[in-house]
Amino acid sequence: MLALYLRDLKLGIRAGGGALTGVLFFLAVIVTIPFGVGPDLKLLARIGPAILWIGALLACLLGLDRLFQAEREDGSLDLLIMADERHMLALSIFVKCLAHWTASVLPLVVAAPLLGLFMNMEPTGIGASTLTLLVGTPAIVFVGATGAAVAVALPRGGLLVSVLVLPIVIPVLIFGVSASYGAVAEPDPFLQPFLMLSALSLFLAILGPVAAAVALRFGAD
Amino acid sequence: MRLIADRLGGDRGSEIVFSDISFSLAQGDGLVVTGANGSGKSTLLRVIAGLLPVARGSIRLEDGGEFEEIAAACHYLGHENGMKTALTVTENLLFWQEFLGAPRMSPDEALEAVGLDGIGHLPFGYLSTGQRRRSSIAKLLVSHRPIWLLDEPTAGLDKASERRLAGLMTAHLAEGGILVAATHLPLGVEGMKSLVMEEPHGV
Repeated sequence: MLALYLRDLKLGIRAGGGALTGVLFFLAVIVTIPFGVGPDLKLLARIGPAILWIGALLACLLGLDRLFQAEREDGSLDLLIMADERHMLALSIFVKCLAHWTASVLPLVVAAPLLGLFMNMEPTGIGASTLTLLVGTPAIVFVGATGAAVAVALPRGGLLVSVLVLPIVIPVLIFGVSASYGAVAEPDPFLQPFLMLSALSLFLAILGPVAAAVALRFGAD
Repeated sequence: MRLIADRLGGDRGSEIVFSDISFSLAQGDGLVVTGANGSGKSTLLRVIAGLLPVARGSIRLEDGGEFEEIAAACHYLGHENGMKTALTVTENLLFWQEFLGAPRMSPDEALEAVGLDGIGHLPFGYLSTGQRRRSSIAKLLVSHRPIWLLDEPTAGLDKASERRLAGLMTAHLAEGGILVAATHLPLGVEGMKSLVMEEPHGV
């Protein structure tokens, strides 16, 4: 399993892996917002957490469709499915998700504090947004894995994956943003939405890979 | 260990591709599956590997020992090579060895056995078609599996490589392995059983 994690990490980081695409997209979204919204610093600070979250969410969805498609094209997917007795397929998918998260999504979380500065957010808000992104983005990847598994045989399934996955990641977005606001806007709570967000991540960490395994098994042809 | 197919049938979608295939392979037995394009050779291999559902009849493993399912006892060499172009050949082989377990040869030894010594440091994407096929065959050697399912194993190979592959297959059978190969070309391995797939009639 460690071998699978390391291989996917290497593939993500090496040329053509697409790990940087997400960060660049995230950067592009956040940098253009102040130009579009105008130089109203108070407004920027207020919408900052929401924009950070939306940007990160969309950037997360970018590379997800390739998660299994690349494996299917070169025949590795057959071997992963056949190794089920030794490495449970759902577990292999979980590990692939973790590797994808480390290579493509963790850089977004690392870049978030810097981009928060562009949005004139205060340090607490930046800290809270980064923390919620760190906790919430795995949920997006796990749900995305299910979408990617369903659309694995479609030649241009990228957009379909995003559309399939979007309704399920909306709660993640809602709790992530409300926790980020809770840290700065006084009467709003931080802990409750943050715990809900953590619960969503943990719940989807199990459900996502299991559902993806079922989809891949029945999608084999 | 015996691999037994009893009136096995397979389909793609709702179309029957083959039916009534029966064979029984003991250790040391090989089966060459031949037939026209579209007669279901690849489908048969994928059904054996558990990648496609059994439509009718049954396929089972008797006295499998440590293996409960057929899939776990099999090496499957499909049309695709199952290697990542961005990684070097050795990295690819090391990954499969660790992932599949039951290590047998080191990647360097396996590459030598297929006549590719000295190219382990190259990215897989740099190799020619034949070299890719040969390094994919090396993948069969890095981990031990008693059953080999080979789909057109000689595709893209030159004469010398074909002979080398025949040697590897003979050695596998001599060690008590089981081999099922779908092919158009004679494999050059002595004493293999033969199965001719016929076009499905009246479908």
